[in-house]
Amino acid sequence: MSADHHAEHPTGISRWLFTTNHKDIGTLYLVFSFIMAIVGGVMSLVIRSELWQPGLQLVEPNFFNQMTTVHALVMIFGFAMPAFVGLANWMIPMMIGAPDMALPRMNNWSFWILPFAATLLILSLFMPGGGPAGGWTIYPPLSVQGGIGVDFTLLAIHMLGISSILGSINIIATVLNMRAPGMTLMKMPMFAWTWLITAFLLIAAMPVLAGAVTMLITDRHFGTHFFDAAGGGDPVLFQHVFWFFGHPEVYILVLPAFGVFSQIIPTFSRKPLFGYASMVYATASIAFLSFIVWAHHMYTVGMPMAGELFFMYSTMLIAVPTGVKIFNWVSTMWRGSMTFETPMLWALGGVFTFAVGGFSGLMLAITPADFQYQDTYFVVAHFHYVIFGATIYGLFAAIYYWLPKWTGHLYNETLGKWHFWLTTIGFNLTFFPQHFLGLAGMPRRIPDYALQFTEFNRWSTIGAFFTIISQLIFFYIAIRAMKGGAKATDQVWEGADGLEWTLSSPPPYHSFAVAPKVK
Amino acid sequence: MFIKLIRRFPGIVSRLILGLGLWLSAPAVFADYALNFQKPVTPVAHRILELHNMILLICVIIFVLVFGVMFYSIFAHRKSRGYKPAKFHDNATLEVVWTVIPFLILVSMAIPSTATLLEMDDTSKSDLTIKITGYQWKWKYDYPDQDVSFFSTLATPRDQIENKAAKEQHYLLEVDNPIVIPVGKKVRFLVTANDVIHSWWVPQLGVKKDAIPGFINEFWTRADEAGTFRGQCAELCGKDHGFMPIVVNAVNPEDFTKWVAMQKDKAAAESASGAKTWSKDELLEKGKKAYAGTCAACHGVEGKGIPGVFPALDGSQIATGPVDEHIKTVLHGRATGKFGAQMPAFAAQLSDADAAAIITFERNALGNKTGDVVQPSQVKSLRK
Amino acid sequence: MSTANSHYYLPNPSPWPIITSAGLFALALGFILLMNNVSAGPWFMLAGTAIIVYMMIRWFGQVIGESESGTYNAQVDRSFRWGMAWFIFSEVMFFAAFFGALFYVRQFSAQWIGADDLLWPGYDGTWPTAGPKGLIPVPAGTIPGANQFSPMGAWGIPAINTLILLSSGATVTWAHWGLLKDNRAQLITGLFLTVALGMTFIALQAFEYVHAYTELGLTLKTGVYGATFFMLTGFHGFHVTMGTIMLMVILGRAIAGHFRADHHFGFEAVAWYWHFVDVVWLGLFIFVYWL
Repeated sequence: MSADHHAEHPTGISRWLFTTNHKDIGTLYLVFSFIMAIVGGVMSLVIRSELWQPGLQLVEPNFFNQMTTVHALVMIFGFAMPAFVGLANWMIPMMIGAPDMALPRMNNWSFWILPFAATLLILSLFMPGGGPAGGWTIYPPLSVQGGIGVDFTLLAIHMLGISSILGSINIIATVLNMRAPGMTLMKMPMFAWTWLITAFLLIAAMPVLAGAVTMLITDRHFGTHFFDAAGGGDPVLFQHVFWFFGHPEVYILVLPAFGVFSQIIPTFSRKPLFGYASMVYATASIAFLSFIVWAHHMYTVGMPMAGELFFMYSTMLIAVPTGVKIFNWVSTMWRGSMTFETPMLWALGGVFTFAVGGFSGLMLAITPADFQYQDTYFVVAHFHYVIFGATIYGLFAAIYYWLPKWTGHLYNETLGKWHFWLTTIGFNLTFFPQHFLGLAGMPRRIPDYALQFTEFNRWSTIGAFFTIISQLIFFYIAIRAMKGGAKATDQVWEGADGLEWTLSSPPPYHSFAVAPKVK
Repeated sequence: MFIKLIRRFPGIVSRLILGLGLWLSAPAVFADYALNFQKPVTPVAHRILELHNMILLICVIIFVLVFGVMFYSIFAHRKSRGYKPAKFHDNATLEVVWTVIPFLILVSMAIPSTATLLEMDDTSKSDLTIKITGYQWKWKYDYPDQDVSFFSTLATPRDQIENKAAKEQHYLLEVDNPIVIPVGKKVRFLVTANDVIHSWWVPQLGVKKDAIPGFINEFWTRADEAGTFRGQCAELCGKDHGFMPIVVNAVNPEDFTKWVAMQKDKAAAESASGAKTWSKDELLEKGKKAYAGTCAACHGVEGKGIPGVFPALDGSQIATGPVDEHIKTVLHGRATGKFGAQMPAFAAQLSDADAAAIITFERNALGNKTGDVVQPSQVKSLRK
Repeated sequence: MSTANSHYYLPNPSPWPIITSAGLFALALGFILLMNNVSAGPWFMLAGTAIIVYMMIRWFGQVIGESESGTYNAQVDRSFRWGMAWFIFSEVMFFAAFFGALFYVRQFSAQWIGADDLLWPGYDGTWPTAGPKGLIPVPAGTIPGANQFSPMGAWGIPAINTLILLSSGATVTWAHWGLLKDNRAQLITGLFLTVALGMTFIALQAFEYVHAYTELGLTLKTGVYGATFFMLTGFHGFHVTMGTIMLMVILGRAIAGHFRADHHFGFEAVAWYWHFVDVVWLGLFIFVYWL
């Protein structure tokens, strides 16, 4: 007996515009996110080209600031977040034994808001006065100064927020209500767990960002004084509200990637995940802590001593559950029987690069030392190691892991490994020298720099071009696998375990029309 | 005694294990490649460097240990070597151990960090107070007790920035009027901003504090040696964020006293210059310089502005219209709503002579030919 | 349970989501243009609103139709419940941002500005305040002069409004009891009373706003007090308005004979929402009006 009502199977463009199918919507999310990745990637090349040497050569400082701002917004809200919502759409119903997402029409809505929001965001660059140039953190009073382009950005953020909240509600409802009989919460795949917690973070954090953005809009246009001392407000108030969203946002970006690592490492170690329960508790602790550490982004604003100390201690604590996760992954590998196909390479690379970012994060947590690191390239290096090193590595790991399942075809393993190694070399070449730049005193968000920073900036620029050009391999591999190639088996990987591998490759339209039994 | 030990703890650890500090000697090995903090010159900056070195070292050790295990496993436990997988997936003891040990390591980091933080926070018993105000895009320094006050702007010539001239050693890190502090004295800084948030950062002094409009933040420093220490604004503050450096001259106390006297003479001369009547050529010459330092950042060296953001002065209604309106715009600012940014008020930043010179320059250069000559007295009368 | 999936309703492809998104785009674009004095702005907003309202009628209409025709099983019902519950949680966090801002300015920033004699001499930061450069507060209940404003007192209309909202929470619960007992008359009467109370609340709130703007010198621009007061009460008022419209729809459905004692998610969703605006109001009454 199959699930009701899938009589209509529109083809062509209307299939994609009106779809209520989790796989189609997952594909839409992924395609959209990679288009945005190209847009954001080009912006990063503009930034790195300008920084190839001291002096102003390519762009005006004002445009440079727009590039850093929009690069960040596009990469975070346009690429990283939608890409993982896409993965959630594709995989969660298949992993928990459901026919589809819990709320399929809303699922389509949460996707289709994105292209419209992205249009607003990109349009801002073409407005008189240009796009937002105050950094992605849009701190007032600077962001009160800009022109109509800033309003485009603010409304785009509102729409992106609505999309994220709707998407998260759907994921929570799916995980809590659509699991196959017998699949208790503590039997769920880690990817579903990390997304459940991420979705909670999103629902708690995005509305707070909406509040901050709303206050900014009224300060800009309706005469309120939230962020103006003359009217009794405080610019730092915005930073508090923003980072109350902003810090959980970091975990929103990395937790699903952790989930991916926890799926892939056991598969290729041919050994069950070590410490499943402690993984769940560690993830939940990280999520909880993420709400009480926000002001570590603001050590230099002049907080009272009690605040500085509290946020230093709470931030340092995050190292404990994060450490537990890394130890668990290493223990999973210990005395396994490992092979190193492309997904495993990306997962291990991701654990490694994330750890670099994690340790620099611990250093940044130390308030007195942070007075030297704050707003330097050390911070830029740190968060790229976290967001590129964990999120993007996790994304590629997931795509290579599940691509044969999605398309029914094996991809070219040799090219996949090339993609991994070239990206890893390029990524480290780009961002590792930035640690030194920051320590030596180079501030972030500057279009021109003093002469002693030249050499490392050169390396960084070379690395950026290297990294981005290497991604062409990925597009080639992905398109090839979609079009054809050797047939994949249902299980695809020898050590793979989980409901998604019991379905055919590619899977049927409604994943589990009949719910599987989980022992 | 105990506190003293705790405070020295990071220093002891870092010296014991690192010899004389691997990271400090590294720059000498790599020539141009600066790998760590600039040389600290204050007690706090020293303390921060020691703390940084200690924590970096701990991080590196843990990193090597953990990933050493991982890489050993990658090497030894692979299928291609015929390794058969074990079955275990839990070990309660192990999990408690690797929760507790990191926690203890964190506590050992938190103690010296707290001590350093408390020391940085103590601005009491200072010998000198200096007020810093951030502007887009320059710094203003007030010495309230010495009655000295001046602006400090980027001194690097435009030609170097635009790659039309060779860049000199202190490219982008040089200013017209450096801030001067006496060596060995505890200087208390009060920092605020006039327009948007800036951040006053001099790495070698180990200080960074945000300048927030409408609020005052405090910090202190004490340079232990004479020298010139350079820094930059560290909070994105708009277009020329990268072009508002900080230069601190630490001099011995006698030279500081002399410097204060010199500043007072300069201020007296400046205020006298407002009383006399200037020739057009004098005004144009002074105006050209003042324009470059105060106005060119937005309106451009040639007066072309940036379309949509900053209005052009070339042929603008203000610069070619009634003189009084032009003076009022410069002194009190203007918000038309037509441009992204609004014209700030410059009354507090410009002397009568400077304003008169700038306005005369703008009306007779940058493509404008009104022929008007504005005297300082006319500016003074419109100050309200 | 093993057959639960076989009845889980999976809707056909639907045009409503993408068209709603386009409406949202037009609304946002219009709002941007409006704020920047571009004359096309209001027209875009109007078009966007029209699209969204039309789509909501069609989309919700379809859902109601499916629900009444018995398409939804208990599991679908649970999905809706989770969805609504987490949506309300997101709303709670939205209000939390503004409550947090109020807390921060009252407890910290206003006092810091008040303690700062270098930049703001002669200002002490006592709440309510419109800041050192803003209007000067007079005690609530007194008539402000020029350059003065009067904060909103708690024990006039706001106290009455508290009673109104609390009673409306009771009437909607009474209506729910009616529905559970299959007492249609009690359901309809209860909902009707709730709608009436909601509309009274909105009317009184509007009256209070006019009073603030015309007589108390209290506007959105009255420093940080005016900003937090109008943003918090304004967003709350907007939510009450939405809630009242939702109640009216539910009332209409109740009259049309929708809902059964064991199948009435639509009713419960609206009741939850109504209790949520009720609780937010209590927070407002205590922290904005009273303390």
